[in-house]
Amino acid sequence: MSAAKAARQGEETKIDKVNAELVTLTYGTIVAQLCKDYESDYVEVNKQLDKMGYNIGLRLIEDYLAKSGTMRRCANFKETAEMIAKVGFKIFLNISPTISNWTTDSKQFSLIFDENPLADFVELPDDGRAQEELWFSNIFCGVLRGALEMVQMQVEAHFTSDVLRGQESTEMRVTLIRYIDDEMPVDDE
Amino acid sequence: MSSFYILQISFPTVDTPQICTVVYALIIINKAGGLVYQRDFTEGLNKLSVNDYLVLAGTFHGVHAITTRLNPLHPPNEPPSGIEVMETEHFRLQCFQTLTGTKFLLFTEPFQPNTDKIVARIYELYADYVMKNPFYSLEMPIRSEGWERRLVREMRVLNSR
Repeated sequence: MSAAKAARQGEETKIDKVNAELVTLTYGTIVAQLCKDYESDYVEVNKQLDKMGYNIGLRLIEDYLAKSGTMRRCANFKETAEMIAKVGFKIFLNISPTISNWTTDSKQFSLIFDENPLADFVELPDDGRAQEELWFSNIFCGVLRGALEMVQMQVEAHFTSDVLRGQESTEMRVTLIRYIDDEMPVDDE
Repeated sequence: MSSFYILQISFPTVDTPQICTVVYALIIINKAGGLVYQRDFTEGLNKLSVNDYLVLAGTFHGVHAITTRLNPLHPPNEPPSGIEVMETEHFRLQCFQTLTGTKFLLFTEPFQPNTDKIVARIYELYADYVMKNPFYSLEMPIRSEGWERRLVREMRVLNSR
């Protein structure tokens, strides 16, 4: 096992260890099964992955807040981005995507994934469409959307490139739509 | 009426020696002001009816919202937190509101130390054994054996010190 993978198992953290490859395989199986269930309708698969991620995010945020000991709100969206990349992804996946490409109004940024534990071993099906339509790691978008919604931020997130498609980098674009003022209960999708 | 309820809720009917420190009860209120969990950790406490607990949760939620508006100064960037602690002669109420809007109310003996730590620990248990249970519906009353067992165990350890 490579050094990077060994480090990913959370040696130095208090988090219970689980074999990282088991997570990778489980996620891969889910995506493959969705592709089968939706008869390779990749647009629908992306949607389902996002929805699953959303439901995870709604729950995972409590774990993030409780275990990171976060007691105060981020002062602005820039700080939020930092916390997502440096704390959130670090706690749960032991990776720290790079933040870049801020728009001038500070409402939109990119996360560049140098490594992606979900996509180890993955090669997209070569039916000529998966490479164009499937965003394999789309669950991340949903997780961010769900988690941020719970702390009163409505965001939109989508992938713009993926090394799995033969592109140069894996990049997710995150846009702040608004801060939610009223604390309304959310619906499980 | 509301304050009367709050005063009454965890008033111990047993004689408690001055030095002992006890965690009496826990209430969890969801972001809409609904009661999702209530539990006592010692014997012989005053009980409210189920309906009164619901009223208490809703009332506290409202009062808490009002107290967030009481701050005479404009706080720099933090939104005001509202009631954090309420002390009376016979008990202490620690309120911890998570950034997601859930409130944990911990009723303890007035001299119980580190109530903030205790609540933080309860929040961790909640994040693990309530939120991570895939069959728990968000914002609904908590009926989970694993959570119950661990919570009671931790509180029993505290109370037996």
